Amino acid sequence: MRLVVVSAGLSVPSSTRLLGDRLAAAAAAAAAAAAAPAATAPEPAPADVRVIELRDLAVEIAHTFTNGFPAPALADAFDAVSGADGLIVVTPVFSASYSGLFKSFFDALGVTDPDALTGKPVLIAATGGTARHSLVLDHALRPLFSYLKAVVVPTGVYAASEDWGAEGLDGRIERAAGELAALMAGSPTVRPAPRRDSFEEVVPFEQRLAALRPGG
Amino acid sequence: MQFGIFSVGDVTPDPTTGRTPTERERIKAMVAIALKAEEVGLDVFATGEHHNPPFVPSSPTTMLGYIAARTERLILSTSTTLITTNDPVKIAEDFAMLQHLADGRVDLMMGRGNTGPVYPWFGQDIRQGINLAIENYALLHRLWREDVVNWEGKFRTPLQGFTATPRPLDGVPPFVWHGSIRSPEIAEQAAYYGDGFFHNNIFWPADHTKRMIELYRARYAHYGHGTPEQAIVGLGGQVFMRKNSQDAVREFRPYFDVAPVYGHGPSLEEFTEQTPLTVGSPQQVIDKTLSFREYAGDYQRQLFLMDHAGLPLKTVLEQLDLLGEEVVPVLRKEFAKDRPADVPDAPTHSSLLATAKRAEKEGARA
Repeated sequence: MRLVVVSAGLSVPSSTRLLGDRLAAAAAAAAAAAAAPAATAPEPAPADVRVIELRDLAVEIAHTFTNGFPAPALADAFDAVSGADGLIVVTPVFSASYSGLFKSFFDALGVTDPDALTGKPVLIAATGGTARHSLVLDHALRPLFSYLKAVVVPTGVYAASEDWGAEGLDGRIERAAGELAALMAGSPTVRPAPRRDSFEEVVPFEQRLAALRPGG
Repeated sequence: MQFGIFSVGDVTPDPTTGRTPTERERIKAMVAIALKAEEVGLDVFATGEHHNPPFVPSSPTTMLGYIAARTERLILSTSTTLITTNDPVKIAEDFAMLQHLADGRVDLMMGRGNTGPVYPWFGQDIRQGINLAIENYALLHRLWREDVVNWEGKFRTPLQGFTATPRPLDGVPPFVWHGSIRSPEIAEQAAYYGDGFFHNNIFWPADHTKRMIELYRARYAHYGHGTPEQAIVGLGGQVFMRKNSQDAVREFRPYFDVAPVYGHGPSLEEFTEQTPLTVGSPQQVIDKTLSFREYAGDYQRQLFLMDHAGLPLKTVLEQLDLLGEEVVPVLRKEFAKDRPADVPDAPTHSSLLATAKRAEKEGARA
C-alpha cells in the first residue's frame, strides 16, 4: 500500500513535517491492523510511506509555471502522488489559508496530470501558531481537494503550537488516520481509478469526425 | 531531408541595449532572414501566425508571397496556420493563390494557437479547440480536392455549390503538416490523413516528443499510409552558436535569461539539459541535432528557431551563416547515413505531382 505525505513545512525541523509523520505512522499502523484480523494471518506488508517536502522542490515548482513542464525531481514527486493509494497533505497556515507553495504544488500537478487526485483518499492537515485558524481545514483545504475530485476523509487534523503540549491531538490523529486507512483499503468505488493515459487511449479519428456531423 | 528555420515573429526589446525594433523593422528583418536562409542553402522558411502584440505576422500569405517573389528555391511554410480561428475557406484560397505565385514552393502547418482571447476575437470558443481543428481541416481538405463542395458543419455557415479559387496548382494541394506539442488527438489527425506531423520540440523534454511521434507513426501505419518508419515527421530545435562554445554561452545568456516564454525561469544550463536547446559550438549543435534521431527515428524536416528574444538582425544573419556553412552540410551527410532506402523525403509539389500522375496512369490502365 503506497502512502504519500506532502508536507509544505518550511523550517527544519518543522512542526508541519512532524504532524505529517505522526499521521503517516498512525495510518500505516491502522492499515496493518485492518489487514491482519487474525493472529495466525501472515505478517502484512508494511505500508510504503514516502514523504515529499515541498521546500526541496520550491524552485522546480516555480519553473513549472515558466516552462510548462516539471523538472526531473518534481516529475518524480508527481508520479509518486499520482500512483499513491492514499495521500496525507499538510500545510502551515499563511494569511488565513494554505501556503502559496502548497497550492502551487497542486496547481503544477494539475497542469501535468489533471486527474492525478480523482478518487484518491486524502487526509487534510494543517499547522499554525494559534487555534484561531483551525477552520482553515474546512474553509480552504477541503474545498480545494473537493475541486480536485479527491475523497477527503471526514476528520481533518489541525495542530496549533499549544496542541503539542495538550491532550486531544493524539486522538484526532488516530481517528483521521483510521478513516484514511479504511478508505485506502475500502470499496472499489472510492479507490483511485487507474491513471488514464491519453497516448494509449486514442479515440479513432472517424469517431471524432462523426461526432461533428450535423445531427451527430 | 529538409532543413530550415521557423520564426515566431516577436517584437522583443534587445535586453543588452534596451532597444525595441519597430514593427516595420521586425517585418523587414523576417524577410531578410528568409532571403538569407535561401542564400546559405537552407530549404524551408516558416512564419508563425499571431493576432496580438508583441507579434507582427498576422498575415502569413502576404509575407510569404513577397518572399516568394524574391527567392528561387526556398519552400515557404507556416508555423503555424491557425486552423481553429481562420475560416478554412480563406485558408484554401490564400494558400492556393500563394502556391501559384510561388510555383508550388508552398506547404503549411496547422496549429490550434495557444492564445485564449484569439478565439473570442474571431468569434470562436477555445473549449472547442480540438473540434474546430478537426472540422475546419476536414473542410479545407475537401475544398482543395473537390471542385464543387456542398458542406454543412457545426462551426461555419453551410456551403452550397461552392468552388474555392484558384484551384490548387496542377490539381495538387499543398502538403500539410499538423503541429502539436501535447495533444495526441492532433497526432491522430495527422496520421488519419497521411499528412506530416511536426513537434516543436523546444519547450518540452525529449521523452514527451518521443511519445507524440511514436503515436503518430503507429497510427500512420494503422491507417494504411505506409510503415511507421515511413511517416512524415518534422522537428523543431533551438540553437545559438559561436565557433567557441564559451562565447556562445556568454553572448546568449542575457537573451535567454529574459526571453519571452521561458525567461526568468530555470538557468541556461538546466534548460539545455532538460530540453533540445543547444548553446555552443557548431559541433555541439551537430551532435545534439543528430541525437534527435534516437527518439524521433529517421525524419524529414528539421526547423530551427533562430530569430527571437530580441536578438539583433545582424546576429541572426551570422547564426544563419554558421548554420548553412558549418552545420547543415554535416547534418545532411550524417542523417543520410544508415537511412533506410524506403524512408521517404518530405513531400514537395513536384513529388506530389509525380505521385498524382502515376496514380492517374495506373487508373487509366485499370
